[in-house]
Amino acid sequence: MNRQFLDIQDLACGYDRQMVLHHINFQAQKGEVVTIIGPNGSGKTTLLKTIPGLIHALEGYALLDQEDLSQMPAKLKAKRVAMVMQPMESIYMTVEEYVLLGRLPYFKTYQFIEDPSDIRAADKYLEYTGISHLKGESLSRISSGERQLATIAKALAQEPELLLMDEPTSHLDISHQAQILKLITDLKQQHDLTVVMVQHDLNLAGEYSDQVILLDKETQTLYKSGSPKEVITEAHIRAVYHTDVVVESNPHSGRPGVFLRKS
Amino acid sequence: MYPSPRRVARFRGNPVKTPIPKRWAAIITGLAVLMLLSIALALGVGTTALSPSGIWNGIFGNTDTIESGIILGIRLPRVIMGVAVGGALSVAGTLLQGLFRNPLVEPYTLGISGGASLGVCLCLLFGLPGLLGIVAFPLAGFAGAGTVILLVYSLGMRSGSLRPNTMLLIGVMISFVSSSLVMLLMAVSRSDDLSNIVFWIMGSLDEPNRTLIKLVMGGSIAGLILSMFYSVKMNALTLGDEEASLLGIDTVLTRKVLFVTASLLTGLSVSASGIIMFVGLIVPHFMRMFAGSDHRILIPSSFLAGACFLTLCDVIARVIISPLELPVGVITGIIGGIVFIYVLSQKRVAL
Repeated sequence: MNRQFLDIQDLACGYDRQMVLHHINFQAQKGEVVTIIGPNGSGKTTLLKTIPGLIHALEGYALLDQEDLSQMPAKLKAKRVAMVMQPMESIYMTVEEYVLLGRLPYFKTYQFIEDPSDIRAADKYLEYTGISHLKGESLSRISSGERQLATIAKALAQEPELLLMDEPTSHLDISHQAQILKLITDLKQQHDLTVVMVQHDLNLAGEYSDQVILLDKETQTLYKSGSPKEVITEAHIRAVYHTDVVVESNPHSGRPGVFLRKS
Repeated sequence: MYPSPRRVARFRGNPVKTPIPKRWAAIITGLAVLMLLSIALALGVGTTALSPSGIWNGIFGNTDTIESGIILGIRLPRVIMGVAVGGALSVAGTLLQGLFRNPLVEPYTLGISGGASLGVCLCLLFGLPGLLGIVAFPLAGFAGAGTVILLVYSLGMRSGSLRPNTMLLIGVMISFVSSSLVMLLMAVSRSDDLSNIVFWIMGSLDEPNRTLIKLVMGGSIAGLILSMFYSVKMNALTLGDEEASLLGIDTVLTRKVLFVTASLLTGLSVSASGIIMFVGLIVPHFMRMFAGSDHRILIPSSFLAGACFLTLCDVIARVIISPLELPVGVITGIIGGIVFIYVLSQKRVAL
């Protein structure tokens, strides 16, 4: 019944009639983590932004539960889909104020002050992401890893069913990377959250996703999609990234690990 | 054993904080009291100093006394203008700073005041007040301000994204162009028009027309209420258009409403009191430090603080070289210019 919770059909995306990607098809079930990988400039972020309609799709549809996301009323969509973008540094508000903005979709028209339930939700996700102690700090004064966690807490405060994430682990040290990816795994297991994320690190993509989408810059379309093992192979990486690599299975998890081959 | 870094960090924040509505109520009450005090001061100080009881009698007592004549005839209209114009300019500044996500933006630096003054000059030269009555001034100011906002916005926008530095530069250039055009108009106009323009452009709260005073007061309160309705949405807009629209905000509509409100407030102020510089820059800037950047508290507290600030500046302008008086724009210009340089020199400013 929950098959094809997210259904991307023949999506073509780009800016101002300049097509970046075409004929993108993939599906995701509830509680599935999908990772989009591909070389720089292959249109990963563009694809991610086209799913909720931030960028108008040139062709095709993104369906959530059979409903066209681009036709969904904005407020309803904000309750179902949240997106974690690269956080800006120049936002002058406290971490708590920032996370509370995630409750806006639940505000009634011209509601002025948050309900106690909104405060509780914000507290819950601040706790969940482990940044409750930063509540009163200014967003411009915390580290980039903490800021990344705050953007995730804000997205979770929207209590979405679909979470889109644009490179959630970029600029983070390995412990923060592990923390965020552990969080994503928890979310999908406990809340049946569907996650679509853009990831540069092939090892992290292989380790933490159920489905991997590999985009090719030259043909401007999906090169291969499937389980990490099917997609992250020496041949595919060579074809898309033009780089010689060795792919070996991680002895701990059995997932594919990518290593550079010295020429 | 050392405590873990996380435990140390736990004490860095301030978990004990007054609940938001209570803190806001305290800020608003404090500023309101401050405003009443500065109004009382402005009513009492001048060539004839009045005691608090004198002020009371002047307002509520017999209307035939000299006190009453000074208060109701001269000082009170001026104080009302100070409150209305100071509040309006500060709210306009707050809205623009939020919309452009830039703390250096305000009606004056964006050239909106300049546009409004050009509009009013044209209106004077073409004799529109004779045709439409006193309403011609605010209408012309609004038209001028709106045109400049539209120009700055459309020129500074490229492929869907705002370019704040470009906008600020365009605004400064428009300021220059419009003040040159005002000078051109002055150079070619007849002498009685010229004296009208010069008298008006100096930036003074001395406004003889009661209708215009009422209009400015009403307009600035209406603008305040309208911006309050959109304050929650403005908070989301400070995250950028994409994030705001993902939170279910109609960013295009919100922007339009707020730009129109800002030009209305600026147009009204400029048409009644000429160019008063930097009020819209200093007041929101300090309120942001004092009350926080949540627009739900920032907008009303900027209104009150702006009203307070301009009323006090006018007191200074009246007494500093008494019995002569300076245009209030001179005082705000000096204070504002210094603050502007100070703000620029702080590296926290993201241009």
